[in-house]
Amino acid sequence: MRVTSYRDPETGGFAFSEEAKAKADAYVARYPEGRQASAVLWLLYLAQEQNGGWLDDAAIEYVARYLQMAPIRVHEVASFFTMFNHQPLGRHHIQVCRTTSCWLRGSDEIVAACLEETGCGRLGATSDDGLFTVSEVECLGACANAPMFQVGDRDYFEDLTPDTARAVVRALRDGKPVQPGSQSGRTSSEPPADNRRTLLAEAGQG
Amino acid sequence: MPTLTINGKEIEVPHGITVLQACELAGFEIPRFCYHERLSVAGNCRMCLVEMERAPKPIASCAMPVGDGMVIRTDSDKVRKARKGVMEFLLINHPLDCPICDQGGECDLQDQAMAYGYDSSRYEENKRAVSEKYMGPLIKTIMTRCIHCTRCVRFATEIGGVEEIGLIGRGEHAEISTLEKAINSELSGNLVDVCPVGALTNAPYAFSARPWELRKTLSVDVLDAVGSNIRVDARGREVMRVLPRLHEDVNEEWISDKTRQAVDGLHYRRLDRPYVRGADGKLKPASWNQAFEAIATKLKGLDGKKIAAIAGDLCDTESMLALKDFMQSLGSPNLDCRQDGAKLGGGARAEYLFNTGIAGIEQADAILLVGTNPRWEAAMANARIRKRFLQAAPPIGLIGQPVDLTYPTQHLGDGPQVLAELAEGKGAFFEVLKRAERPMIVLGSGAVARPDGAAVVAAARKLAEAVGAAGPQAPEGWNGYNLLQRAASRVGGLDLGFLPGEGGRDLEGILAGAESGEVEAVWLLGADELDMVRLGEAFVVYQGHHGDRGAHRADVILPGAAYTEKNGTYVNTEGRVQLGRLAAFPPGEAREDWTILRALSERVGETLPYDSLGELRARLVQLNPVFAALDTREPAAWEPFGTSGPLEAAPFDLPVENFYMTCPISRASKTMAACTEAFVAAPASVAAE
Repeated sequence: MRVTSYRDPETGGFAFSEEAKAKADAYVARYPEGRQASAVLWLLYLAQEQNGGWLDDAAIEYVARYLQMAPIRVHEVASFFTMFNHQPLGRHHIQVCRTTSCWLRGSDEIVAACLEETGCGRLGATSDDGLFTVSEVECLGACANAPMFQVGDRDYFEDLTPDTARAVVRALRDGKPVQPGSQSGRTSSEPPADNRRTLLAEAGQG
Repeated sequence: MPTLTINGKEIEVPHGITVLQACELAGFEIPRFCYHERLSVAGNCRMCLVEMERAPKPIASCAMPVGDGMVIRTDSDKVRKARKGVMEFLLINHPLDCPICDQGGECDLQDQAMAYGYDSSRYEENKRAVSEKYMGPLIKTIMTRCIHCTRCVRFATEIGGVEEIGLIGRGEHAEISTLEKAINSELSGNLVDVCPVGALTNAPYAFSARPWELRKTLSVDVLDAVGSNIRVDARGREVMRVLPRLHEDVNEEWISDKTRQAVDGLHYRRLDRPYVRGADGKLKPASWNQAFEAIATKLKGLDGKKIAAIAGDLCDTESMLALKDFMQSLGSPNLDCRQDGAKLGGGARAEYLFNTGIAGIEQADAILLVGTNPRWEAAMANARIRKRFLQAAPPIGLIGQPVDLTYPTQHLGDGPQVLAELAEGKGAFFEVLKRAERPMIVLGSGAVARPDGAAVVAAARKLAEAVGAAGPQAPEGWNGYNLLQRAASRVGGLDLGFLPGEGGRDLEGILAGAESGEVEAVWLLGADELDMVRLGEAFVVYQGHHGDRGAHRADVILPGAAYTEKNGTYVNTEGRVQLGRLAAFPPGEAREDWTILRALSERVGETLPYDSLGELRARLVQLNPVFAALDTREPAAWEPFGTSGPLEAAPFDLPVENFYMTCPISRASKTMAACTEAFVAAPASVAAE
């Protein structure tokens, strides 16, 4: 039920695929009748996935129409969350964590290495070959394996050094298989091979 | 009831209010930006911090509900330091452009910075700059000044009912935006009032005056029949702007965009001297004497039955009474103040009043709108219905053309037949109204201006009695029969009986008589919404303030005063008698309208028996005592009215085609023309493509 007046969403040519529609309906069904707006984040995510990793106005307003929300409300949500991209991206979106733990462990060097290896030039830009976009993000919650970056929406590459970061980028460019997770050989967040317990401790000290 | 100690003073306050409200009750002022009494609480500016005992940090008083035994301090060093810190952060990105800011002198941020600002800034980095936004022809944006209080977002969504403005982005990059579209709301001007800084300012008024230069006159609005209370700000002879004035029972603290922005029409197309149509058929400037001479010559020896008078929509009651008395002294019974041809008046006062009262809408638990678009005919009444909808979501039915009223309505049908069926107890909505304890029926002024208007009134009355909205079955003190007028002069005119006398012609009779030549002289008192062609060969005197339709047709033009240029009494659609006051003098040789009639009456030898406004008002009260009680709403007695008869099948038409241009003043306004282009004309042209 519309309880306010607002213009009709301008959805342009965007529409969910059958598959996305089925998923969207399942998300909407999770919420009580009249609260379908709660599904807005799920649907924006679906729309972003279908739209090649970014949201244009048409996709955002399509979600508004789908959920019977005022277009401006969906624009507010979509612009608030950094996980929604508002420009086209390269095929691989490298998001380097730069929050405290990663920064202390050298995220600046990882960023520099990524920018150089991908040829992006600056943060937020897409490489000329259209393969990469590098951006900095806030904490991705992998502090015990700092520094790290995330590729796309899924894969974490942890315990990076500038060299391993370059290696991941090269592998992605060449379409070779990459192994997400720790790049230093750790299986989880167990103490590093040198068995240090604190950053200040000498190598080998327990 | 919780008891609090505020600055050592014990106070008992109602449940459910906030600490900020309790502090106000105790007499301590709390600075604030985002908090507004009539909007939901956002709690994002942090200016209202106070100290609460046993709380580790200062609390935002606007968002903290009161609890029993709270000990609050609003004046401690800790509080002052916290507020100074908040102010310092607010000013980090606020430009230092007060000297060129239109809000300067009436700016919350400026005022509060005087109390809580540091004397110098410690911030040395670059300030952020934000690009200007387009929000339509009424709102100018300087978004760098925005402090992100979101009052505008909440006003538009909650009170305006228009979800078209939002806060885009986050943190440092947050911006208020409408996505570069004009805000399509008839209340959008109020966004300027709620903005505590100079981010949203009045676009037509930009850079034209400073608040301390303006002479402020408390008056009432006449551009619709709500009678919104306004403050007219004038500089010299020029009305610069109109602002709302608080009146809880009428307009709360808002006004419609037409009320606020049509005032520039007072500068254009004004009649500032008399005109007389010469032998060549062209209007020529004349002196008052020449104009009076032309009228006296025509009226001399003319049978009263061949003279008629029609009063327009913006007239004050004093000038209508003077004209009525003048016509009576000429022996003319042909008077009508219903220039839309409404079949109202002459009988019970309850017939033509909004009996529930605008504030009374907040008690209604079912509403039926008949042949009306309140959003355009009485924007403030519509805002009140929306307020009621948000409070209790009563069922709202609509008969007539389906319109977007900002709240959901059930469309029951198009024409009077649907109303008649409801009155006979048929239809599901009858049961809804019947079950409701305080049902309301709102009849639009357009629904009674049809040939079958009297029968529509009768059907509405029958329905009102059948569902217990009015009459013996209604709850004590409740009258749910309402006629929503849209002309400020109408209720006053009907109250003083500016209606056909015995054997007199009504509007249709006058027009027919003028066409056939039976009526030879017609006096138009600010009456412009007529088909002027139908005045035929009649000698037409137009008394008014704008060179609009009436003046074009006139043989003699007498320049009168607009509503900001005279002291006048107006009765709003609820029957509330209010005074409009002179804010600036009329231009050129124009005069207050009753004085023109008084002077002419002397010239034709039928001197009106009053020499001052006081004497005229005494006569007004003598004629109808309702005029004595200012700003009260006397309940009208439930007496018989309406004439049952056959109803036509034609659907109800909406009388207002363009909210922004309904009267000579708004038609002369450039701002209203810009609004028409932005909001009314544009969608139509798109549809035509």
